Amino acid sequence: MAQANTQQAKTQFGYRRHPDQDRPGPGAAEHPVVVVGAGPVGLSLAIDLAQRGQRVVLLDDADRIGEGSRAICFSKRSLEYWDRLGVGDRMVDKGVVWSVGRIFHGESQLYQFNLLPEDGHKRPAFINLQQYYAEAYLVDRIGDLPAIDLRWRNKVTALESRNDSVALTIETPEGAYRLHAQYVVACDGARSSLRQMVGAEFAGQVFEDQFLIADVKMTAEFPTERWFWFDPPFHAGRSALLHRQPDDVWRIDLQLNRYADPIVEKKPENVRPRIARMLGHDKFEFEWISLYKFQCRRMDRFLHGRVIFAGDSAHQVSPFGARGANSGLEDAENLSWKLDRVLRGTSPASLLESYHVERSLAADENIRESTRSTDFMAPNSHQEARLRKAVLSLAKETEFGKRMVNGGRLSVPCSYDSPLSSPDADAWRAGPSPGCSMLDAPVGEQAYLTDAFRRGGTDFTLLSFSNGAAIDAPDGVKDIRIGGEGGLADPSGLVANRYDAEPGAAYLLRPDGYVAARFRHPTREAIAAALSRAEGLN
Amino acid sequence: MPLSTSSNFARPDDAFRAIVEAHRGFTEEQSADFDAALVLILANHIGDIDVLREALALAKRRMIDGQQQQQQQQ
Repeated sequence: MAQANTQQAKTQFGYRRHPDQDRPGPGAAEHPVVVVGAGPVGLSLAIDLAQRGQRVVLLDDADRIGEGSRAICFSKRSLEYWDRLGVGDRMVDKGVVWSVGRIFHGESQLYQFNLLPEDGHKRPAFINLQQYYAEAYLVDRIGDLPAIDLRWRNKVTALESRNDSVALTIETPEGAYRLHAQYVVACDGARSSLRQMVGAEFAGQVFEDQFLIADVKMTAEFPTERWFWFDPPFHAGRSALLHRQPDDVWRIDLQLNRYADPIVEKKPENVRPRIARMLGHDKFEFEWISLYKFQCRRMDRFLHGRVIFAGDSAHQVSPFGARGANSGLEDAENLSWKLDRVLRGTSPASLLESYHVERSLAADENIRESTRSTDFMAPNSHQEARLRKAVLSLAKETEFGKRMVNGGRLSVPCSYDSPLSSPDADAWRAGPSPGCSMLDAPVGEQAYLTDAFRRGGTDFTLLSFSNGAAIDAPDGVKDIRIGGEGGLADPSGLVANRYDAEPGAAYLLRPDGYVAARFRHPTREAIAAALSRAEGLN
Repeated sequence: MPLSTSSNFARPDDAFRAIVEAHRGFTEEQSADFDAALVLILANHIGDIDVLREALALAKRRMIDGQQQQQQQQ
């Protein structure tokens, strides 16, 4: 199983001895930032930090990329982030683009939805891509960035927090060595060993029902859509999901009952008849089979002194909402610019607290959404099952019933009620309010606002709508001007429309593309005050 | 808008009767299924989460009061 990927992407890497392991004397090497865990989150964070000019040590205890599609669904927001990291095109070129989902009950379709029903966005609602491809492309990108020192088979075995640094003990095939870091970011997954080392709890809920997932290789004519079944004829009384991936690989998730024996259920000879029943034939090969229980947990604090947690190490959600890897990538984009500023001394260390505040809100939202989906798929009581049955039956003939059917609510960027945002002083009818993610829109033929933001260097950026009088952006703030002489075009009017902007208006964007403040009639003083707040300076 | 608990039907007996008659001939199980659907239909018609929460709280309070009365009688 799982050999197909090796032809197209390198997944095995060698351990190499590093001079840090041979330092003479008692002093350990000092590094500004060490990222632990080379999964999608750790890899992306390392790239982001390196692009901002930081030197990064990235440690991983394995020497290979794990098998299986795992995260599979990557959101528009993640693709926009990966564009900024220089890997967006490669992910989208390889990935399977989709935006339509269908929900079935028994034999019949209940409804379909489109997650991006409008034009004028560079990136689609989602792509499906095996996680091993995503990781391989990120590792390739790291090859272009000498500021990242990626060390395979380097396992952190001890951590000691000090006032001004963190001391790590790292085990390698050639013995242990020590490193000191100003900051450590733990991206080491749901079973995080760093979380245990700082003694933090991982509290939450484990659901009883189990899900079987299989990557199945076959040629099939199903459309590129997300298909979800309640009580399908091929899997009575339970749920099922079918998703297309690249390379003629299909992802299938089947709900099992809570008493199913994981070892028995995972055996290919037992999975095969289940899948054959679903597909109506058995002309397929398995690439990967796994079994899991839904879990929704989070750490109370994402910051433990100089050790910062991101991705699954900090929060874990049930699948069916694409909220795991995507929220981890949002953690990375939220953290990297803040950590960069703190390391440079341009913002105080207290700016990092806003990472905890903002990403805690996101974690709570993701846990709430995925808990609701899980409870809908696996009702906890007879009465919950009865209410679900009522919803499913009403969905056949009512619009409100369709909208109550919960087969997974798919990830969209969280809006932050944030100390970094300046509240609106003007009246706005629409557009992203402070604490919301910027919206994409075309600024020419095949040119998009998200491109302009990326080319500007993904720094603080003033997006202004020209009225002839140029607004001065404060020092160090990048400029994107719509309209006017030398400004970008708004050929479809969608930029002004999506930002509810009349000439003269301006949005202050943060380096992660979130809105910090917006003004109908900006003044230099108001922009400077909002900037200072978003930088954590007051 | 708060939950209205004043009498809204011109002929309340007709409304009560309509609901009672709708259940005629049902088993307990069918009645419960029917009520579940009816609750969802009416909740959507109200379309106001605050009013719905008030209604849920009123219904729950009544159950708690009922339990206390039962305990006092025992």
